[in-house]
Amino acid sequence: MWSFLKKLYHKLGSPRWFYDISGKWLPWLALVCAGLLITGVVWGLAFAPADFKQGNSYRIIYIHVPASFIALAGYYIMAVAGAVTLIWRMKMADVVMRSCAPIGAAMTFLALVTGAIWGKPTWGTWWVWDARITSMLVLFFLYLGVIALSEAFTNRDAGSKASAVLALVGTVNIPIIYKSVDWWYSLHQPATLKITEESTMHPDMLYPLLIMISGFYLLYAVLLILNVRTEILSREHRTKWVKALVLARP
Amino acid sequence: MQFDNLADFLQMSGHGVYVWSAYIIVTITIVYLVWSPLARKRRIITEQQRRLRREEYEAQQKAGSSTSI
Repeated sequence: MWSFLKKLYHKLGSPRWFYDISGKWLPWLALVCAGLLITGVVWGLAFAPADFKQGNSYRIIYIHVPASFIALAGYYIMAVAGAVTLIWRMKMADVVMRSCAPIGAAMTFLALVTGAIWGKPTWGTWWVWDARITSMLVLFFLYLGVIALSEAFTNRDAGSKASAVLALVGTVNIPIIYKSVDWWYSLHQPATLKITEESTMHPDMLYPLLIMISGFYLLYAVLLILNVRTEILSREHRTKWVKALVLARP
Repeated sequence: MQFDNLADFLQMSGHGVYVWSAYIIVTITIVYLVWSPLARKRRIITEQQRRLRREEYEAQQKAGSSTSI
């Protein structure tokens, strides 16, 4: 068991191994991801019933909730990769951390924008300084901070360390986001999906949402792999295998 | 199907502007997120190809000039 884990760790630490294996997985992941997203969007927009209180505006939920989910999940991955970078100086962990940041920032941006658009017809305002929304805005700035710090140093290692520390410190924000709708009085509606109890959503509305959430998780995987592969090529361009790969291209 | 016709579907009883603009923004962002690492990869590969070919050419030139002397 231990030797297996050790082997896996060394394999994961090898950029070349990751590049080869992810190249084989990528088309299939992308295909399943596109299938899920298209099914979910068509179902959510055209076939799911309208909400009895919010009417059709609630259809934004099918992109708002998945985007918010992976904005948060992406932060965990970035923080864990940051911790591995700091503790074990693993090259690939640094690559993953840097690749996570722009995707996470974009997803947080989407969560905020779709939330604002949904807020207008539902609450009558685009924006309120309420706990959930403000803590999501903080998440957005944390992602931007990690991107800025990782680029701010001429020495790449210094940039990696600084941004990893920021990513780790920023994890304080994550439980605040989760709990914000329970801790403070908020305009934001409480969670519709619950792991421990039955969801408060009708199955006709719930299924497309679950499909969209899985689709967004796969989308995240696809985007992360794309970014990691590009970063690997950029960093390893002096190695033999990248040279061979580059020259084999038309 | 929840809507009777296309106009109905686009209007979404007055909420169409909000729903559609949200979906369009998300679509554009996703397309950009997929395109940007691929474009960067393409750029890196062309750059490296150019560099490797130049190095190869220079090495040949060097070899050629040394044999002629």
